[in-house]
Amino acid sequence: MARSLMSGNEAVARGAWESGVFVGVGYPGTPSTEVLENLSKYDDVTCQWAPNEKVAAEVGAGVSYGGKRTLVTMKHVGLNVAADPLFTLSYIGVGGGYVLLVADDPGMHSSQNEQDSRNYAAFAKVPMLEPSDSQEALDFTRAAFEISEQFDTPVLIRSTTRISHSKSLVEVGERNTVASAEFKQHPGKWVMMPANARARRVDLEARMERLSAFSNECDLNRIEMRDPALGVVVSGIVYEYVREALPEASILKIGMVNPLPEALITEFASKVDRLAVVEELDPYLSSRLRSLGIDVVETGLSTIGELTPGLISRAFGATTPELRDEISDLPPRPPLLCPGCPHRGVYWALGKLKAVVTGDIGCYTLGALPPLSAMDTCVCMGASVGMAHGLGITGAAEGRPVVGVIGDSTFAHSGITGVLDMVYNGAAGTIVILDNRTTAMTGHQGNPVSGKTLSGAPAPALDLAALCSALGVDSVRTVDPLDMTATLAVLTEETKRDTLSVIIAKSPCALIVRSDADPVAIDEELCTRCGVCVRLGCPAIMKLPSGQPVIDTAICVGCGQCVQVCRYDAIVTVGPACDFGGGL
Amino acid sequence: MSKVTTVVLVGVGGQGTILAGDVIAKVAVAEGHDVKLSEVHGMAQRGGSVDTVVRFGEKVHAPIIDTGVADHLIAFEITEAARKLQYLSKTGRLVVNSRTIQPLPVLTGAVGPAQGVEAELQYEGAVFIDAEALACEAGSPRSANVVLLGAASFGLPFAEKTWRDVIAGRVPPKTVEANLRAFDLGRAACAKGVCDL
Repeated sequence: MARSLMSGNEAVARGAWESGVFVGVGYPGTPSTEVLENLSKYDDVTCQWAPNEKVAAEVGAGVSYGGKRTLVTMKHVGLNVAADPLFTLSYIGVGGGYVLLVADDPGMHSSQNEQDSRNYAAFAKVPMLEPSDSQEALDFTRAAFEISEQFDTPVLIRSTTRISHSKSLVEVGERNTVASAEFKQHPGKWVMMPANARARRVDLEARMERLSAFSNECDLNRIEMRDPALGVVVSGIVYEYVREALPEASILKIGMVNPLPEALITEFASKVDRLAVVEELDPYLSSRLRSLGIDVVETGLSTIGELTPGLISRAFGATTPELRDEISDLPPRPPLLCPGCPHRGVYWALGKLKAVVTGDIGCYTLGALPPLSAMDTCVCMGASVGMAHGLGITGAAEGRPVVGVIGDSTFAHSGITGVLDMVYNGAAGTIVILDNRTTAMTGHQGNPVSGKTLSGAPAPALDLAALCSALGVDSVRTVDPLDMTATLAVLTEETKRDTLSVIIAKSPCALIVRSDADPVAIDEELCTRCGVCVRLGCPAIMKLPSGQPVIDTAICVGCGQCVQVCRYDAIVTVGPACDFGGGL
Repeated sequence: MSKVTTVVLVGVGGQGTILAGDVIAKVAVAEGHDVKLSEVHGMAQRGGSVDTVVRFGEKVHAPIIDTGVADHLIAFEITEAARKLQYLSKTGRLVVNSRTIQPLPVLTGAVGPAQGVEAELQYEGAVFIDAEALACEAGSPRSANVVLLGAASFGLPFAEKTWRDVIAGRVPPKTVEANLRAFDLGRAACAKGVCDL
């Protein structure tokens, strides 16, 4: 059969479809997002975005208990949110196969931390498979469903950015029969209350024993003997790096990272003169090998960030290739808010108010960067609300308003309980929900606020104002953030209150609803070069070395934010830019 | 181990490096190579510095590379060409779109623009292509990335027909002709640029 080029995420989706998966459910998060997007392209699978990863994991559990196979997807930090169900799902086991794909982000390309999800597998006592390319992403997903049902356990698949977002050739198979739905009452298994859980706890250990034996025998783990002078133990993408960096080395390739194939590891150690472990992030494998009494050589490789073939070959004595001279003194290029981004108006107003801003996760986190520099904290999904509350209690803002800023999808994910907490405990303060009608950062996925499902079908759109009122918020206002005057006025009023207020700044992402307004330009006769437009941080506005700002009409979308902040009426509408034809 | 060829496409988020990388990878597959392609999604795509790596050969292991390894560096933007120059091997080939997109710290005046980069890239053997102008000439201003693919194709060991088939299969049907023109203009401009070196 012809092989096709697939990303790791596409291949996991394909593997799930071939496995007869019935439901895919998850929450978007780079680098995991495209798994579910690709699975949703198969007509015979129900795919849904859940409001958060915990709900996704629980929906998956329901599907599994109904006898059907399910794939649950999330990024590494999402597994923290889903950890609560996961740790007990491992006791319960499955009906239909239950596979949870978690995508880690070593190097933090698009994440707030680089936690190593392999630790979760050992902690939650669930098997974990780790593919090293797209073919394995497909094959291991199929294997994961088989293991899940054979051993009555949820199974984790760990990907990383370089698996999820790398493409390689894949040979695909056919779809298996989908199991028929069946729910049998079985309180001892499905109902985890203490008496039942104690029994399942014992079963869990027995299951892990059986899985350990399986790990030693299955073809997910394999020894590749080459030169016995050096043996390297690897898993995941690092296998490919080591094959490139150390082509002569013997390798124990571990595809099942929990439970580890201890007998196979011991056998491999006995066959090689020196044994090294090469792994990204935590010393997960090396510490386990050392606990088995195996002598592991020090490589000196960092436990921080990504590895590369070159880092590995140099750790084993290779020299650096001769490099071209570096071109120095280049300006940095941080990511930025797009031209016409509605978040800009809110950050401008917050800057005017000198607010202390607790922030959240999304495109709008970029408001923390200069020149807006309008966000003071960012931790995790939903944290802006709780932190605004906590900071408010301290009084540390010393007269400056404390404002929590959270996106629409993030609010649905885990902001609602924070607002409930503020109401319940009588907090003052202001929460701004940046409602741009989409989950923008991960690529414009639908969410409960946007009124669009994963498949793009219409869904009931959450009425944020009604919800906040129902929660008991004293004052709920809605404002168009592209209307800078109104936004500043509403923020000024609401931050002066001594009760809780929520402001919904509602305007669609500039990338999904393209402006049909004409671009604007600066009338240099009227312009005083005060720089207020430049401080909006719009990529269409440039300050020339002379101090004169100019607008790039090719990328200006005519949102009008700069027009409103200019005190000299120096920014005016010009004719349409060139008519863009279709490209790639 | 047989030789693996590495092409690195660098640019600014939104310029279409991912799509261009995808075309190169598909062409390499069509010509019977093992292929790996690596890209990064998410935050960097919002106007940040981005790169896409395409590697092909008899057997490709790593989808990413270290400095000093790339055989071809195709830069969609001048500053990014300079920033990622060290990825290119000493003997590698450098194609640069003669366009500068100033990053935000330069736009706001927080830092000065890069100075003399074009001359330094020239010294490093860059072939400059004015992709935007050629795209307009081809009749589709958004086909600048196809112009650069044309330029890249001149140095890659694939049949012209394979390129044309893959591109024609990727672009909106109405724009096939303009995009193929863009490809031809880029390819010819690169051939001329190499002669002029």
